[in-house]
Amino acid sequence: MSGSHVHALYLHGDTQVHRAAPQVKIVAAFGCLLAIVATPREAIWAFALYAVAVAIVAGIAGITPRFAARRMVVEIPFLILAALLPIFGSGPTTEVLGIDLSIAGMWDAWNIVAKATLGLAIAVVLSATTEVTDMLAGLDGLRVPAIVTAIAGFMIRYIDVITGDWSRMRVAMASRGHDARWFTQLGPYARTVGVMFVRTFERGERVYLAMASRGYTGVMPPSTQPATPAGQWIVVASMITVAWVICATAWVLS
Amino acid sequence: MSTPVISIEGLSYRYPDGTEALHDIDLHIHEGERLALLGPNGAGKTTLVLHCNGIHLPQVGSIAVSGISIDRDTVMEARRRVGIVFQDPDDQLFMPTVRADVAFGPRNLGFDDAQVDARVDAALAAVDITDLADRSPGHLSFGQKRRAAIAGVLAMEPDIIVLDEPTANLDPAARVELSAVLGSLPVTQLIVTHDLLYALERCERSVIIDDGRIVADGATRDILADADLLAAHRLALPFGVELRP
Repeated sequence: MSGSHVHALYLHGDTQVHRAAPQVKIVAAFGCLLAIVATPREAIWAFALYAVAVAIVAGIAGITPRFAARRMVVEIPFLILAALLPIFGSGPTTEVLGIDLSIAGMWDAWNIVAKATLGLAIAVVLSATTEVTDMLAGLDGLRVPAIVTAIAGFMIRYIDVITGDWSRMRVAMASRGHDARWFTQLGPYARTVGVMFVRTFERGERVYLAMASRGYTGVMPPSTQPATPAGQWIVVASMITVAWVICATAWVLS
Repeated sequence: MSTPVISIEGLSYRYPDGTEALHDIDLHIHEGERLALLGPNGAGKTTLVLHCNGIHLPQVGSIAVSGISIDRDTVMEARRRVGIVFQDPDDQLFMPTVRADVAFGPRNLGFDDAQVDARVDAALAAVDITDLADRSPGHLSFGQKRRAAIAGVLAMEPDIIVLDEPTANLDPAARVELSAVLGSLPVTQLIVTHDLLYALERCERSVIIDDGRIVADGATRDILADADLLAAHRLALPFGVELRP
């Protein structure tokens, strides 16, 4: 079991972005994301500036356009939905390539595409430069409740184990002639999901026993974090400030 | 004689559905001993093990760890002194990295950072996986996971470690490596196993438990040489292996 899908988002590297403290990167991503979402959709120049900034950070991190594009394909369904808005939108229309398109719908579509794409690009940069374990440590460093990071950690830890169980069950079913190409043959899969739930529940009990055996009493022990260099916080504060200045300027100009 | 590390007197236990899992168990394990706990599936081995660190509390009889009787007030001390390595390491390695997992127990015991780091480093070195400290447990081989699970228990510096089927699912090389690691640990060991040759190799004394009762307690070689005894309790040496007392 490789657990590859957990780390598939990570790009091995030793750049300044990789070396930055995870809590700093999380704050930077979240702060800039809020500024992007708050920016008026008509300020196309502002989104262009955001895109340039994200591209610069991605370039410093060694993320190639091909790497980013492959991890952004999850956005395609949203883009398709956005593309339908000008067609089915109401209000005044304008003709584009012989098709009447709603002007309001086009702005709505642009709003979704610009903000979702930039948000996803930021998420790709964050995940490509921060190991999952560091991400959890960063959340700990930001004083996120330990129970939340523990649940996230368990989920990440056991997703490979559970998908491994699922794969073995599928192989066992196929080995005894089950062929799920037809809708009527999906029943065994549905029952397998129930079995998986019970097995996972039982594993949860065993994990709890193992935790209790090492002194767990219901409260996760505190973890320690190395101090974050002040310089990193200054850089992040500057980035977030610039993003919000762009956002505020866009509102003033609109 | 010194105070036993584990002292069990007249222990009986019945599950909520009425099933009697243990019946009048008497067992003493002394410091430095390596004891094999043998028995067929469903004999009560795991139930007995879970009494050793207070996961189950005695309903009848008593159990003491290094002279400390286990009850609700002493459960945490029992869990520090008795380290259990469970059969499936994936159940035991629940933290994001090996280092964080090995540190889980010491942190629960309230040690400061320097003490935790020292214990973690020592435990990882004891099972020879220092270089795996920052890896995710999900990315280890089964044998490495087993050793990481043992490190998590060693970091609590227990008086005794209890290993549930330590050689299960290991390939021959990993089995040899694990055997060497366990042989090098200067700590009392209770090994629950179906691997009778492993018991012969590592444990000078064995106990057979069946149907919740101890039915044999003696030198491992003597017990394993008694083919009738083994057969009566659904145990058997591998094909072609025959021992003489």
